[in-house]
Amino acid sequence: MTKRFRLLPLLAAGAALTVATAAGERAVAQDIKIGSVLSATGPASFLGAPEEKTLRLYVDTINAEGGILGKKLVLVVYDDGGDPSKARTFAGRLVDEDRVTAMVGGTTSGTSLAMAPIFEDARVPFISLAGAVEIIEPVRKYVFKTPHTDRMACEKIFGDLKARGLVKIGMISGTDAFGKSMREQCLKVADKYGVTILADESYSAQDSDMTPQLTNIKNTPGIQAVVNPGFGQGPAIVTRDYRQIGVAVPLYESHGVASKSYIQLAGPAADGVRLPAAALLVAEQLPKDDAQRPVVVGYKQTYEKATGEPVSTFGGHAYDGLFILVDAMKRAGGADPTKVRDEIEKTTHFTGTGGMFNMSPTDHLGLDLSAFRMLEIRNGDWYLAQGDR
Amino acid sequence: MAEFLQFCFSGLTVGSVYALVALGFTVIYNASNVVNFAQGEFVMLGGMVTVALLAASVPLPVAGVAAVFVAALVGLALHRLAIEPARGSSPVELIIITIGASIFIRGVAQVVFDKQFHKLPAFSGDAPIHMLGATILPQSLWVLGGAGAIVIGLHLFSEHTLVGKAAAATAANRLAARLAGIDTTAIVSLSFALAGAVGAVAGILITPITLTSYNAGTLLALKGFAAGMLGGMGKPLGAVLGGLLLGLAEAFGAGYVSSAYKDGIAFIVILVVLLSLPQGLLGKHSAERV
Amino acid sequence: MRALLSARWVTLGVLCLVIAALPLVFPSSYYYRVAALVWISAIAAVGLNILMGYAGQVSLGHAGFLGIGAYAVAIGPARFGLNSWLCILLGALLSAALAWLVGRTILRLRGHYLAIATLGFGFLIALVLANEARWTGGPDGTPVARVSVAGFRLAGPVTWYWLSGALLALGTALALNLEDSSVGRALRALHDSEIAAALAGIDVARCKLWAFIIAAVYASVAGSMLALFDGFVTPDVASFLRSIDLVAMVVVGGIGSSAGSILGAGLLVTLPQFLTVFAEYEQIALGLIIMLVMIFLRRGIVPTAQQLFAPRRR
Repeated sequence: MTKRFRLLPLLAAGAALTVATAAGERAVAQDIKIGSVLSATGPASFLGAPEEKTLRLYVDTINAEGGILGKKLVLVVYDDGGDPSKARTFAGRLVDEDRVTAMVGGTTSGTSLAMAPIFEDARVPFISLAGAVEIIEPVRKYVFKTPHTDRMACEKIFGDLKARGLVKIGMISGTDAFGKSMREQCLKVADKYGVTILADESYSAQDSDMTPQLTNIKNTPGIQAVVNPGFGQGPAIVTRDYRQIGVAVPLYESHGVASKSYIQLAGPAADGVRLPAAALLVAEQLPKDDAQRPVVVGYKQTYEKATGEPVSTFGGHAYDGLFILVDAMKRAGGADPTKVRDEIEKTTHFTGTGGMFNMSPTDHLGLDLSAFRMLEIRNGDWYLAQGDR
Repeated sequence: MAEFLQFCFSGLTVGSVYALVALGFTVIYNASNVVNFAQGEFVMLGGMVTVALLAASVPLPVAGVAAVFVAALVGLALHRLAIEPARGSSPVELIIITIGASIFIRGVAQVVFDKQFHKLPAFSGDAPIHMLGATILPQSLWVLGGAGAIVIGLHLFSEHTLVGKAAAATAANRLAARLAGIDTTAIVSLSFALAGAVGAVAGILITPITLTSYNAGTLLALKGFAAGMLGGMGKPLGAVLGGLLLGLAEAFGAGYVSSAYKDGIAFIVILVVLLSLPQGLLGKHSAERV
Repeated sequence: MRALLSARWVTLGVLCLVIAALPLVFPSSYYYRVAALVWISAIAAVGLNILMGYAGQVSLGHAGFLGIGAYAVAIGPARFGLNSWLCILLGALLSAALAWLVGRTILRLRGHYLAIATLGFGFLIALVLANEARWTGGPDGTPVARVSVAGFRLAGPVTWYWLSGALLALGTALALNLEDSSVGRALRALHDSEIAAALAGIDVARCKLWAFIIAAVYASVAGSMLALFDGFVTPDVASFLRSIDLVAMVVVGGIGSSAGSILGAGLLVTLPQFLTVFAEYEQIALGLIIMLVMIFLRRGIVPTAQQLFAPRRR
């Protein structure tokens, strides 16, 4: 008897679950469904969280203003926890079950690459929010992305190094997907800029002390600068330890730290650090005639007002993806996935938070190096580095 | 030499973090033979609650005490609501319950707090201490000192207080302890609360170094569990030794061998130690029910 | 004896029936996709149950073998032009060899010490997969070539549903057979008491080693299937959390019961799909459900149900 009684709460929970599922969002036929699989939990959640907030915020705004082509936008968001296999299952769900018009999502390169074949097979446009260049190279017909590639970040950094005459460098990269992938790209383009990599160290994403690796770099003769491809908390600790053991040469971070939290975490140690990033971070400092100014200032103020947290370029990627899609749907005059895809590919002179997008059948990103600004951190804030406009 | 010393300092810094986490494992294991995989979440709570209160302009000492209190309550609740009702389950089944608890606590933390990384200010400033060409952050000494203080505290508690002796008796033989009139359930409850408190203290001490987020507990639990096993489960001093050895293995691995494989090197050290000392560094021979 | 035999056939029969009948209620191919994932995870869980349930040993690094199987079918065809089916076999052989090599040393450890040793072993495999980017594509992962049979390309959830379902049925049949073989009896004796088993003349070390090897092969095959089905693989497949998932499947379903392992896999794979309705409270719900199942269904789903429906058998 007691045993049976103990089963009751479980049964109740199961029943509640079923009811909840049945009562879940049921879109009206006229609505336009957009899907999104994001890493809202797990190790990449600090990227996924602002992406999700941005998407929800702007879909609500669009609907409040009457929707698109007179139809309401319905956003379906799934959390993959950073697991590519889970992401793939949710991608299948978006395609088979929810029958979305398009998908804006894919927080990490791993999840994006895992999901790409599903959207490709189902002929549903997929705008990824992840960095790796492999997502769009070779070009897949239905796959696009909005963030700058890690190769572009390397080129921007190396260009700056070359201009400053600092061509013998050390690298310390995260062993996570972001750091590893950017490191590979940096090794590939180093020759092009005459940069020699004398020391090549790495650290795990959640390490709390990088002084051994930095000591090795410091003791390598001839080092003129250090580059740190990485995202999350790692770069903040690298920066702190960099000052702790007193490495004197300039430190370059990547676009992976392009949020205020990096400066907060690294504290005064971040002063003097340079990094390539989108104009979004220096929105108010842009010249009045800069084409990006209204867009980035608008997004920054809207996001910060709605969420109460500082803007990051990660949420900006979601903003760009959503509005590239919205514009394409408007041009296509409907929500037919194939027509929308064709229009996404024709995106030109679209000004987003990441830069000016000019897509083509051979370029499913459409940004060039000019989209990146070289920033320098001074007194706890971002500034455009000298000589970069 | 300066290089060697720097690697040592790094190893001691990281190692003392692991040691602090491992101490929490030890407390619960000692009283109940349960390996608590939610221990990392206690550490996370210590850091995150303090961060949140600090952001609400509560002074650091008050925030810290409150965080310890919260974590102790969570530990107590974990025992009363999840472990005690499942009494009689096998160790693996209890591990799965604690893993469920860790997912639950993480889930609550991500809703209550946020998904960003946070830090606490270092207790004695950020200016590194220089010594023979190597440097160490003052906070590392705080962590090391904290681990030492907890070991001594636990020793005094178990050897010199009645409750502590009762806890030791409960650990040795629960049935016999109960026959001797000890309220073993209360003792085990107490050990969970104590482990929560120890975890939170660890979290507050290490957050200036490691930073924290709602997600930080998983890896800390993994490393802390490894450190505890390395030292010999149930031995506070072993936990500290295991933690420091693990940290030093990582630091020297990163410095002299390969920074990409430093975590691997640490686990190889664990395997080698366990194969030669199957009960860990300080472990004793005793029957274990698994 | 007869009762045991029939119980075995009941388990297998029900499983086959479920596999055959489920598609009748599937409204879209998404359901095939989830179900295929359940079958694949269940293969690994059934294998792990041989180690945990029959031999009483815990492995917290079992996803390492998933990783070996998965990367065997990723690297073999792409780098060496090998046939994918052959690579499943090669992966299984490699896993078996590694399990033999590692098992010989670490299976001397007991309880939590064995757990931490297996954990370290799984960790090492995941680390190699993430670091040797030249071969594995690094943390971003690598695509897996599609397989074909006689020119027919095996793609799409429906095909893989049947393929993995058939393999699960086969794997379960073998596991149930093992349970009743002399090795299985020896293993169960070992589960109850190692000392008694040794006194009864059972070569304890060898039995444990065999259970470890068999479990490794099951996981490896499951890993291969997962990689071929997904068409893409990342080192996450071998991660610690995945190992924990596998252990949880076995425990939630009921240690020692193959049917339980399959149910456990079903529960843990489908839960995240149901829990999406909770949005940001998803993790809270997941943790709560795992705890509730373990608290209220003490020995796991299947053993508890057996007790409930056949209370006076003893």
